[in-house]
Amino acid sequence: MTRSRRRSPTLDVDILINDPATRIIVTCGSGGVGKTTTAAALALRAAGAGRRTVVLTIDPARRLAQSMGLTELDNTPREVSGIDGLPEGHLFAMMLDMKRTFDEVVAAHSTPERAEAVFANPFYQALSTSFAGTQEYMAMEKLSQLAEQSEWDLIVVDTPPSRSALDFLDAPQRLGRFLDGRLIKLLAAPAKAGGKAYLRVVTPPHSPLTKAITKILGNDLLRDVSAFVSSLEAMFGGFRERAEHTYELLKAPGTAFLVVASPEPDALREASYFVERLAGENMPLAGLVINRVHSAATASNGDALPARRAEAAADALAGKPVTEQSELAEAALRVQVEIELSAQNDLRMAKRFAAAHPDVAIRLVPALPTDVHDLVGLQAVGDLLALPQ
Amino acid sequence: MTAQAVAHPAAAAIDPSARLHVITGKGGTGKTTVASALAIALAEGGRRVLLVEVEGRQALAQLFDVPALAYSEQHLCTAAGGGEVVGLAVDPEEALLEYLDMFYNLKRAAKLMKRMGAIDFVTTLAPGLRDVLLTGKVKERVSEQERDGSPYYDAVVLDAPPTGRIRQFLDATREVANLAKVGPLNKQSRGVIDLLHGPKTQVHLVTLLEEMPVQETVDAAQELREAGFRLGAVVVNRVRPTLVRPDHIGADGAADPTLLGQGLDMAGIDASFALPLARQLAEYAERQRVQAENAARLDEAELPCIVLPDAIPPVEIGELTELAGYLLGER
Repeated sequence: MTRSRRRSPTLDVDILINDPATRIIVTCGSGGVGKTTTAAALALRAAGAGRRTVVLTIDPARRLAQSMGLTELDNTPREVSGIDGLPEGHLFAMMLDMKRTFDEVVAAHSTPERAEAVFANPFYQALSTSFAGTQEYMAMEKLSQLAEQSEWDLIVVDTPPSRSALDFLDAPQRLGRFLDGRLIKLLAAPAKAGGKAYLRVVTPPHSPLTKAITKILGNDLLRDVSAFVSSLEAMFGGFRERAEHTYELLKAPGTAFLVVASPEPDALREASYFVERLAGENMPLAGLVINRVHSAATASNGDALPARRAEAAADALAGKPVTEQSELAEAALRVQVEIELSAQNDLRMAKRFAAAHPDVAIRLVPALPTDVHDLVGLQAVGDLLALPQ
Repeated sequence: MTAQAVAHPAAAAIDPSARLHVITGKGGTGKTTVASALAIALAEGGRRVLLVEVEGRQALAQLFDVPALAYSEQHLCTAAGGGEVVGLAVDPEEALLEYLDMFYNLKRAAKLMKRMGAIDFVTTLAPGLRDVLLTGKVKERVSEQERDGSPYYDAVVLDAPPTGRIRQFLDATREVANLAKVGPLNKQSRGVIDLLHGPKTQVHLVTLLEEMPVQETVDAAQELREAGFRLGAVVVNRVRPTLVRPDHIGADGAADPTLLGQGLDMAGIDASFALPLARQLAEYAERQRVQAENAARLDEAELPCIVLPDAIPPVEIGELTELAGYLLGER
């Protein structure tokens, strides 16, 4: 795909989602900017256009999940239906079950007995449920699995609400490196050596390293880790290989990243980091979606009503005898002031970003009065995303 | 919604005598802004307050417009009455090296571990261990004393991880203590557990009046309460003012453009604005309704609420000081 080289300042999502060459769309950005909604709306729109689409969500709002028929974390794509314009058998959605995905990876790479031993291990339980990066790792693992199935024309992936928006790029490799690395092999030694003598095999008994590891981790934890690692031995190499495979998939033609932000300094700062990082990794950036952009009312002939004028008019009305008409007009003018000021701010934010990143295609999406939690709402968001600008 | 719509009084929500204030909330709700405003509020009257960030974002440096914070305390701003806010960005790797050195005299081993990838493991992969280091450092700062034994910092404000991770973060020490049932790591953990679960610590939740943040706030309040933490206030951030009265909007959810046009005429505004403004008014009324609905759902958190207005960015020290006034109930 060549979209990253396109210099057009606006992002055309219809070209993106309807292009048969687009196989994967990854939405990323900081938390609370509407990533999940954007991903779901794009998937719905692509499915409506006839592409067999699956959307992988990480942590959707409950009502949004329910509207897509996602009532449980079962790691299986479920068909979404029940809205006009969506052809049967075209839209599927799933919620990531991090632990189950990890279990599947383990099961696929070992014997049933070994897998059981791994599942029962306290260190594995901690790793598969609470380690930083596991969610990102498993999201990318699931993406790989979906990409290997040939049944999907388009896969839309939402990324986890990470500490840093970049975690999902780094975590798989970091975790893969760790699981395949020297450290864990060292820790695995005791089970093989059949006792606590393990560190002596590798390092002198009173080396600072031996002391440090034993002191910090304690013997119980060491035992769990080494039992875990030795039962996973057959998988060594596998973790890193899979992580690298996913990384390659993200760089491959057919993958497009959509950075999502709101017109706020923090969200746009994250978006900037992201855009720069993607460029640095040669990953294809489709563009930036800025959600929740306010725009104030204008007259039917296009005339604007600036905040200052609206405020002066509202103040003038406040000084006059109160009538039903004057009160209504004053309220409407105060609303105009409020929205107009927000709109100016939003536009300034968007312009600043555009000036700093002239090559990035940008799409401004108007703020909606209410949260989106049904398919009709998602369809409306899809329309807004595709609105000519 | 308005301040009046919030059922619980703001008073006594934030206990100025607490030594540690933990600020959490869903991503994007403005945790850092609220934590900073609270630090300024607590520093008023000549107190020294430490503001700590742990997520490696250098958000404090950006907010206070100072160079990136190193792993040492740095002046951020002064507060009314000779108070001072000091900033610290805790880096897990530095914290680990410091910890190894301080408790085990193991600086050399640390270098070796770094080569083995162990430091990478501890500080980036294992949140348990990572969070133990971060909360351990916070505990150490809270406990810092002057020569006469009085606390060095009058209060510490922690810009903590988001609600989705907060309980794991605060209880990481407990989990590691369970995993390492004996040994120095276990012993080390107790002090941190006691501080975080004790009466000297308050956890405050930041939210917006939107569906997801409110849901997460209610869930987190329950989870943290069950886990035995002392909760302070829910800080409702960026509340839009109530501008539309229910009677401005008809039963059909629309405002009457004819009446509105007549009103505009009195103010010398052209009638061509009547229809678009009527539409915008109705939309704003809908936003207000959703805000009020979400505010009502916040009651389930069973906590006092403090309402902050929507500050138009850029938010700088002046805006933070203004928000600080709201937090201590002066506005």
